[in-house]
Amino acid sequence: MSITVLSGLAGSLLAAPLQRTAPRRAGWLLALLPLGLFIYFLTLLGPVSAGRTLVETLPWAPGLGVEFSFYLDGLGLLMALLVSGIGALVLVYAGGYLEGHPQLGRMYAFLLVFMSAMLGVVLSGHLLTTFLFWELTSISSFLLIGFDHKDETSRKSALQALLVTGGGGLAMLAGLVLLNQAAGTLSIPALLASSPDLLKHPLAGPAAALILLGAFTKSAQFPFHFWLPNAMAAPTPVSAYLHSATMVKAGVFLILRLGPVLGDHPLWTPLVSLTGAVTLLLGAWMALSQTDLKRLLAYSTVSMLGLLTLLGGLRTPLALEAAVVFLFAHALYKGALFMVAGAVDHETGTRDVTRLGGLARRMPQTAAAALPAGLSMAALPPLFGFIAKEVVYEAALESGLFAFAAVFAASAVTVFAAAVIAVEVFWARPAGSPPREPHEAPLALRLGPLVLAGLGLLAGLLPGPLDRALLSPAAAGLVGHPLQPGLALWHGLTPLLAYSALTFAAGALLYLARRPLRRLAAALTAGFGPDRLYDLAYAGVFRLAAWQTGLLQHGTLRYYLNLTVLAATGLVGTVLLLYGGLNMPAAFPGATFYEVLIAALILLAAGFAITTRSRLGAVAALGVVGYGVAAIFLLFGAPDLAMTQFLIESLTVILFVLAFYHLPDFERFSSRRTRLRDMLVAMLAGVLMTVLTLSAVGIQIFPTISSYYAQAALPEAHGRNITNVILVDFRGFDTLGENVVLALAAIGVFALLKFPKRRQP
Amino acid sequence: MEILLAIVIGALYAAAVYMLLRRGIVKLLIGLSLLSHAANLLIFTAAGLTRGGPPLVALEGQASTLPQADPLPQALILTAIVISFAVTAFALALAYRVYYTTGSGDMDDLQQSDIS
Repeated sequence: MSITVLSGLAGSLLAAPLQRTAPRRAGWLLALLPLGLFIYFLTLLGPVSAGRTLVETLPWAPGLGVEFSFYLDGLGLLMALLVSGIGALVLVYAGGYLEGHPQLGRMYAFLLVFMSAMLGVVLSGHLLTTFLFWELTSISSFLLIGFDHKDETSRKSALQALLVTGGGGLAMLAGLVLLNQAAGTLSIPALLASSPDLLKHPLAGPAAALILLGAFTKSAQFPFHFWLPNAMAAPTPVSAYLHSATMVKAGVFLILRLGPVLGDHPLWTPLVSLTGAVTLLLGAWMALSQTDLKRLLAYSTVSMLGLLTLLGGLRTPLALEAAVVFLFAHALYKGALFMVAGAVDHETGTRDVTRLGGLARRMPQTAAAALPAGLSMAALPPLFGFIAKEVVYEAALESGLFAFAAVFAASAVTVFAAAVIAVEVFWARPAGSPPREPHEAPLALRLGPLVLAGLGLLAGLLPGPLDRALLSPAAAGLVGHPLQPGLALWHGLTPLLAYSALTFAAGALLYLARRPLRRLAAALTAGFGPDRLYDLAYAGVFRLAAWQTGLLQHGTLRYYLNLTVLAATGLVGTVLLLYGGLNMPAAFPGATFYEVLIAALILLAAGFAITTRSRLGAVAALGVVGYGVAAIFLLFGAPDLAMTQFLIESLTVILFVLAFYHLPDFERFSSRRTRLRDMLVAMLAGVLMTVLTLSAVGIQIFPTISSYYAQAALPEAHGRNITNVILVDFRGFDTLGENVVLALAAIGVFALLKFPKRRQP
Repeated sequence: MEILLAIVIGALYAAAVYMLLRRGIVKLLIGLSLLSHAANLLIFTAAGLTRGGPPLVALEGQASTLPQADPLPQALILTAIVISFAVTAFALALAYRVYYTTGSGDMDDLQQSDIS
């Protein structure tokens, strides 16, 4: 199974060279790969419909409990068949749609990468692997929406889709981490077998909410739905494949997949079904005003994704069965209709329905594909869409009036949308004239819609075998027990049939009133919605970054220092207060008279150094401070330090005095207020250091290694002065490093002094 | 004595930070020197003060009665003293070059002094 998933990645490497050697046949040849996968998945129908699940596990990071594993059950197989089957058709279609495009090879490569990633999502047996492939679908979606990268709208839409779905992906990752904490595993078979106690874990709710957030962004649920219509900037093969048939169903897939694990959490049903219902109605409403064929289909897709989410939230056995059946029906007809829209666009140069009409005579075969697909979308018998809609109605009726009313209203709009694309475009009197004289689409553009629409018809006529082999096993895995396959075209004269007829009538009325309806809906929704919020947030991020950069990166040294000191003081001080407190030994040995004297001298000198207005005085005071420190070293058993300090301090003072000739005098630059503020900052830092010193004195975490040095100094290093021995022997390399620093400083000083002398005007 | 030294260290840090926050370039350098004194003294104090003998291995037959100071922080500080001297020297040369090039001893002027 891992090979089938990863073969698309290998295929994508072949795509560009193949396109160069065989520009006309590359699409057909590359389609053989998904076709082969499709056939392979078909051979798995037998074992899977018998109720078996196939598992394959490769250790990846066993120490972390991460495995590269695959898990194939009915639902996974259904999705895999859709992904590979539609993938083959889309590759052929892309070859026709973008014929002669210089970057067609790139398109093939991206499509194959996407196919691979999508197969990974639906077949993964470990949620971290799912996440990996999930993100890969987001990235390939980004690349495909932005395929026409010279167009600003494409780039903007691609980025928007990536930010929305990628952001959701991050939320999902956080949710997965929490789920791992709660359940102890992310392996899907293990999760499915986990006990219901998982839901009592306090992290189960947040985990479910975060994972659902990721699923909602991916499946374009309200309020994240806006990226999907904008993603229509992508070439049509991409829209047909990613943004209607497969990728946008990944979120629904995850909701269905995790339903048995987290679905009984009290949060699940309200959150998921409400989001689904809102999306269902919102998508339907937005579809009313669209005149662009692809945007119309996109909003209709949003609406139907809402329906699937609603069903995944209700979680009754009937609702789950309806979700599976409808998912299949939707992929068939929506994929076909997107391809039809692309073919129309390709042949006429426009997707604007107000300029199209009566194309059936010019494009009879495209019309022949559009009609059954449209009828399936409008849920008319004998198409499969009708059967699916019946099951959906049954499930909605079962869960209450509200759900049914929402589904009914959205279904009426779906009938309207189907009528627009299948009837208005092909059979109605033309309202305007397209930019180009239309003629029949080439075979590559007709094949996909014809096959998908034909399958919809076939499945509608013979629902039994399909149900037994594929749909019932898929739903059974979600429900938890085997289902009685019961899909049939004709159930007799039931109330459901009456509802279907009513829906069709309502949709037909909407279609007849389409022109005033479009104007009305457009007027009511103009320039409003989360898309604007996204734009505001997007601009806001940049403004925040500019503001923050201006605040922190102002280019003035003393403000940097101010911030650094304040931040360090604040952070260290907080930690000290919260955790350490003042950890001081009860009593310190007292100080002798001359020690107090030296300390007082240092304090006085330091005070003089910072207040004096004479440079020389300041440097002299600095020297006094240094000598005082040296005296302290001397008193506490460090004559070597004292000696070094005396020497270096003398040298430093001499150096300062030498340099003063070339340096500016002291000047008062800052105001009194600034000085007071700086003094406050400095005092804070000083107090913190005092407290820190007192806390540090009492602490000895590890035994000191000094005793080792004391013992080894004479026998190993043949020296009696232990400090010296450490410097030149035990830690000789450190001293070497110190010498290198000195040498570098000397070189630097030399360079600075001897640099070509040039005075800036 | 530790309390006294802790106060000295705090005062030295405060003085150093205050000087570092000045706009005059020479004051900045003095602040830098004060800072290294404060840091050295901090290490010295935090490692534990021993009033008494330097860390020497006594000659045979002349065992010292005084407690010995810890040699390790001394080695660290010795290195630090030398390096801070190198830093001071380099900073002085840098300040000289800045003053020479821009003609200003005000750090705030350096924002606009990019040499094109």
